[in-house]
Amino acid sequence: MNDNNEKQKLGRRAFLTDALRVAGALGIAGGAAALAARKGQSGQLVWQIDPAKCIACGNCATHCVLDESAVKLVHSFTMCGYCDLCTGYFRPSPIALNSAAENQLCPTGAIKRTFVEDPYFEYTLDKQLCIGCGKCVKGCNAFGNGSLYLQVQHDRCKHCNECAIAVACPSQAYHRVPADDPYLLKVRGPQG
Amino acid sequence: MRFPTRNIRRFSISSCLLAVLLLAVSTAMATERFPPPDFTDHKVPATIVPAAPGEWFQYLDLAVLVLALAAASYLAIARRSRRGLFVLAIASLAWLGFWRGGCICPVGLIQNVTLALFEPAYALPWTAAAIFVLPILFTLFFGRTFCAAVCPLGAAQELVALRPVRVPVWLDHTLGLLAYVYLGAGVTFAATGTAFVICRYDPFVGFFRMGASANMLVLGACFLVGGIFVGRPYCRYLCPYGAILGIVSRWSKWQVKIPPERCVQCRLCEDACPYGAIREPTAALLPVDRSRGRRRLAALLLLCPVLIAAGFWLGRQLEAPLAMLHPTVRLADRISLEQNGRVEGTVDASDAFRNTGRSAEDLYREASTISSRFRWAGGWFGAWVGLVIGAKLIHLSIRRRRTDYQPDRVACVSCGRCFWYCPGEQARQGWIQNIEPVMKGS
Repeated sequence: MNDNNEKQKLGRRAFLTDALRVAGALGIAGGAAALAARKGQSGQLVWQIDPAKCIACGNCATHCVLDESAVKLVHSFTMCGYCDLCTGYFRPSPIALNSAAENQLCPTGAIKRTFVEDPYFEYTLDKQLCIGCGKCVKGCNAFGNGSLYLQVQHDRCKHCNECAIAVACPSQAYHRVPADDPYLLKVRGPQG
Repeated sequence: MRFPTRNIRRFSISSCLLAVLLLAVSTAMATERFPPPDFTDHKVPATIVPAAPGEWFQYLDLAVLVLALAAASYLAIARRSRRGLFVLAIASLAWLGFWRGGCICPVGLIQNVTLALFEPAYALPWTAAAIFVLPILFTLFFGRTFCAAVCPLGAAQELVALRPVRVPVWLDHTLGLLAYVYLGAGVTFAATGTAFVICRYDPFVGFFRMGASANMLVLGACFLVGGIFVGRPYCRYLCPYGAILGIVSRWSKWQVKIPPERCVQCRLCEDACPYGAIREPTAALLPVDRSRGRRRLAALLLLCPVLIAAGFWLGRQLEAPLAMLHPTVRLADRISLEQNGRVEGTVDASDAFRNTGRSAEDLYREASTISSRFRWAGGWFGAWVGLVIGAKLIHLSIRRRRTDYQPDRVACVSCGRCFWYCPGEQARQGWIQNIEPVMKGS
């Protein structure tokens, strides 16, 4: 009889702890679900540079956890002036306006300059060579139309929870945005 | 956080305004210095950007995590297979670590969840919420099987624990507090939007990605080399998620058990455990010791609120140095130094700020709001540290009756190394016939 009582007590106790455990599990899961569902959209987030804030300081090339940065140059062709003397392509006071290495701003020679029609030249990027240093971006912003800019390339980005470049970014130009609209691209303004 | 839709709206409003302005003043925009040419027979190329990772990758990650957790729990609790857990740990290290770059990681997600709690504008992805919660739920039922063979950080250390030495008990307990302090720090910095320190100082992710700053690679190498002699140093003394799982594991329904039936007190499991997680049976106490213990417990219970209050007060004093870790506060400090002429020249950050055309007063206001947040955050962090120390002291002075050698519910990471060392398990496997002689011999 006593033994039976003891068993019953144990059974009741086990049932109660199990109930508490399940309640706790449901509470934790429900809390997390509520937190996730609080905003309408809660898909995956990716890193993005706001080109308007970017000052092309060069940290993107050096602070990415990847040896070859996930940030690379993007060219908005519709904004480009197709200049003969492109300040994104040529160093200040170049010796001659040709593609010789000593005239180029790009340390890896990633920008190709091709003649289109007098006096216009087209500048295209060899993405494999670009290291995301932003030297050309600085040049283009200073004296050109600002058609060259840096952006996170999502085939390379590791989507770190704490982006090492974002930490080092002096202009706080990095943001996390929903993955369904990952690129903030420069487009030609209404003046055109 | 940015709101794309709002931004687009703002963009369209501002572009309308711009168009009106241009019509009225008819001056060219400053940025378009050279109007793009109208080519007759040249097609202007389109800007092409690589696609973002597909949504399906998240579902795959989630499925792999659930499968690995289920497999680890089955292998640790039902199958009692150290070999299975070891193979699963290698698989997790390869898949979640090296292939996925270590970034579906509940350890770091502590901060995302915290940020979502404190920052209404931050949207927590639901997969992140699921990845954070799943290991906790599994731990509530099966103990720390996530640590055993799913977490790639744990797996990396599990593989290198070759010559573990026994850490002195007092040192083990003291260092063990660090994990809770680190958890508090991670939560504090995430809640104030300062940084995700747990991710920033993740020692192994650099190896997973084959790239990190030299400092972090050296730190990771130190943890791995140290891990040869001190089993799982990161898991035991730093991992903030391990701290959470340890607390949850205390109330888990099932837990790794060493002897399948009864303990023969051979102490082989104690030698086998590289993580110092086996607790020995307790001796009966004399009544005089008991009353002394009771008095000490009462004193410690009174001390705990004092520790919490002292921690709170100390933490509040840390407002200024803690706030300086926030980028906005640091920027405001730099701008004010430059404006008062106390430093020469400018830095990239102050140049960038001036480019935005925002007034310094506006920045100072924002910085002082953030700073005042740190007064409370620092206080709560200090109180947490006080609570952790107080709770540890109380926990150490409560005696539990144990008749057998048992794994500690909090510290055991369910690695399963002890199974094969147990004569009872060997008898169960049929490797030895009778364990009575072992009993006599001990």
